[in-house]
Amino acid sequence: MSSYHAPTKEFKFLLETLAPLKDLAALPHFAEATPDTVFAIIDESAKFANEVLDPLNWSGDQEGAKHNPADCSVSTPKGFKAAYDAYCAMGGAALPMPEEFGGLGMPRSLITLTDEMVHSSNMSFGLLPMLTQGAIEALLLAGSDELKATYLEKMVSGEWTGTMNLTEPQAGSDLALVKTRAEPQPDGTFKIFGTKIFITFGEHDFTDNIIHLVLARLPDAPEGVKGISLFIVPKFLVNKDGSLGARNDAKCVSIEHKLGIHGSPTCVMQFGDDGGATGYVVGEVNRGLEYMFVMMNLARFGVGLQGIGIAERAYQRAVAFARERVQSRDVGAPKNPSVPIIRHPDVRRMLLRMRSQIEAARALAVATGYAFDLAEAHPDADVRKANKAFVDLMIPVHKGWATEMAQDVTYQGIQVHGGMGFVEETGAAQHYRDARITTIYEGTTAIQANDLVGRKMAREGGVSARALIGTLRAFNAELAKSDNAHLQVAANKLARGVDAMERAVDFNLAHFNQNVRACFAGSVPMVKLFGIVCGGWQLARAAAEAHRRLVAGDADRDFLEAKIATLRYFVDTMIPEAVAAAEVIVDGSEGTLALAEAAF
Amino acid sequence: MKILVPVKRVVDYNVKVRVKPDNSGVDIANVKMSMNPFCEIAVEEAVRLKEKGVATEIVAVSAGVAQCQETLRNAMAIGADRGILIETDVELQPLAVAKLLKAVVDKEQPKLVVLGKQAIDDDANQTGQMLAALLGWGQATFASKVEVAGDTATVTREVDGGLETVSLKLPAIITTDLRLNEPRYATLPNIMKAKKKQLDNVKPADLGVDVTPRLTTLKVEEPPKRQGGVKVADVAALIDKLKNEAKVI
Repeated sequence: MSSYHAPTKEFKFLLETLAPLKDLAALPHFAEATPDTVFAIIDESAKFANEVLDPLNWSGDQEGAKHNPADCSVSTPKGFKAAYDAYCAMGGAALPMPEEFGGLGMPRSLITLTDEMVHSSNMSFGLLPMLTQGAIEALLLAGSDELKATYLEKMVSGEWTGTMNLTEPQAGSDLALVKTRAEPQPDGTFKIFGTKIFITFGEHDFTDNIIHLVLARLPDAPEGVKGISLFIVPKFLVNKDGSLGARNDAKCVSIEHKLGIHGSPTCVMQFGDDGGATGYVVGEVNRGLEYMFVMMNLARFGVGLQGIGIAERAYQRAVAFARERVQSRDVGAPKNPSVPIIRHPDVRRMLLRMRSQIEAARALAVATGYAFDLAEAHPDADVRKANKAFVDLMIPVHKGWATEMAQDVTYQGIQVHGGMGFVEETGAAQHYRDARITTIYEGTTAIQANDLVGRKMAREGGVSARALIGTLRAFNAELAKSDNAHLQVAANKLARGVDAMERAVDFNLAHFNQNVRACFAGSVPMVKLFGIVCGGWQLARAAAEAHRRLVAGDADRDFLEAKIATLRYFVDTMIPEAVAAAEVIVDGSEGTLALAEAAF
Repeated sequence: MKILVPVKRVVDYNVKVRVKPDNSGVDIANVKMSMNPFCEIAVEEAVRLKEKGVATEIVAVSAGVAQCQETLRNAMAIGADRGILIETDVELQPLAVAKLLKAVVDKEQPKLVVLGKQAIDDDANQTGQMLAALLGWGQATFASKVEVAGDTATVTREVDGGLETVSLKLPAIITTDLRLNEPRYATLPNIMKAKKKQLDNVKPADLGVDVTPRLTTLKVEEPPKRQGGVKVADVAALIDKLKNEAKVI
């Protein structure tokens, strides 16, 4: 079975082009993030992903996590605990975290790529640090100094892990329906009672303690989303001196049997069967959902990276197979012997469809990661604001599109393998199964799409979307002046994509108040349209830089020419899909809404 | 006790190298470069000796182009305390490197030099031995176990027939074999700290060493392509082929 090789050359090129580290390191906040340090971190993280995490991916899938009903414990697949210990010892968990709590304070631009490598090599494993990061963010945002002092340092180092307990059987996408109860106690703590489902790594055998973040309602809380509070419920209570105390009344009663990510235990958590689980409120009561949503931005960004990571893995596996598998003669030279299937035009098409979408989504992710960093650390408030607006607009696009693209890419990955992709032993099927969850958790594609057309567009009168369209038009005008034929074509085709985007945005803004159902009927196509056009834009920025380097005599011609050729495939074949999406948005809602409900 | 660890920057072991079209050498432009794996083992061993309290300072040294700095930073991220780059664009051959290292040893006065038994690019397996000869020090090559007590190093060597254990008086040279240890991953905080460690830059001329190549590469070729196998009809045919075609019996 072919192994994973982190595409570190591509990573470094993207950072130099789309997230200029020189500029980033000039900001006091990221003074440590100089190019040499960042590149050394990429190389070491790549080694870890290639040599430690990738070899456990297939065995982890086959073995899966196991629940032991006798003591409500969970056994993770062989090798996972040792890999987790090594990951923490290396400092992987601490990389993006603030230095105040023992983190390394590295920029999101870099984390975008280190996280991708973790998910590429072993997505089941990657979920644990991802969820812990989310829990840490929530604590940083709203936790009291006491809670921070008790929990953060150990979570940042990875000594303890975190979970996010949101979902209940009746409350999935709609968290207003959360029923878990929190009863105030005289000492200021709370007793938590209820059942949470789909809790990733809610129980495992990696660490001594697990810190659950739990959404629950106070007895007198208002109905709906404004009555939900956020609590910390540790698996073991923590004594004043930091040592572990009594076992809390929070248990994993079973784990799910899933389509994919078998190495990651998805737990049913039972709180309060034996008199109530002790919980500590995070921030103010009744503001839990608000805190969650701030944290959610990062979690959604992370799931988008899973999409890119798993797609990259599927692509590498498909290329390795296509180079090796000899089958049929070259259609252009039928007298010659049979050739590796990579020679066949349709296999090229599939591989390019995979590769170009991955590169576009990755370029957009790095650009968004860079905007995260500027929004956080730039000295100029206007620059911070503009970048924050860009991040907010791009989060649903990145999450929605990169994960849907991963479905297509892992599907093509199997198709390249033919029958060998349908059997498990080549590994292509695992990627297809693992990828499937990414369009669902942390908000389905429809939830992202509704966020895009509603909150991120209509509610603000389309200011950010129009600013984006302006930026895109200016970029295309510049690109059209290129002396490279491929880049000229790209400018022309991207311009068609931007026209389509503008038609779709106009439609959404014009109809959102009068006919919101029509807008929501076209919301998922809107995500696709934005993903393709913005991904194409960032891919074109990278290709333009590749061209500049080629003209300047850079000797790495293979890599740089491939960048431009990949862009050419992308604009030739994906922009038409964006234009079609615009047509569906503007002129497709009647068809979507016409059929009577009873007729389904 | 001070340990000197020479490290070499080579083509990464994952890279499938290609011979240049003019057969003048291997194309190393735009390929990933890393620390020679045997040198990583040497750095790791030195760091373990320091962790055991045997060594007090580890100095990493590399000779070659400016980018060898990255290799030195890597050694410092694993645990070397400081680095010395002997910068030159001249093609370096083992004898020249041994002379450069001798000059560094004269200046730094380490009690132990630990280096890889060979580099995965040229596979020369000469530098350590040449350095020992130039210094007149004892040497233990192909080490798979190292123990240092007082002024003596006890080294288990991998030899053709099995293992050989030798005892050496310090100062001495040790070259590392594959099974000596498994190098750790550099931790990310240590990668950040490595940037702040001292890295000195000297030129061969500063050390009074002439590094002009003594050997000329005439031609570099790909190994011959493996021929496809054939099925033989019977044992007699096999014997015949072994005798007359392969000429091995």
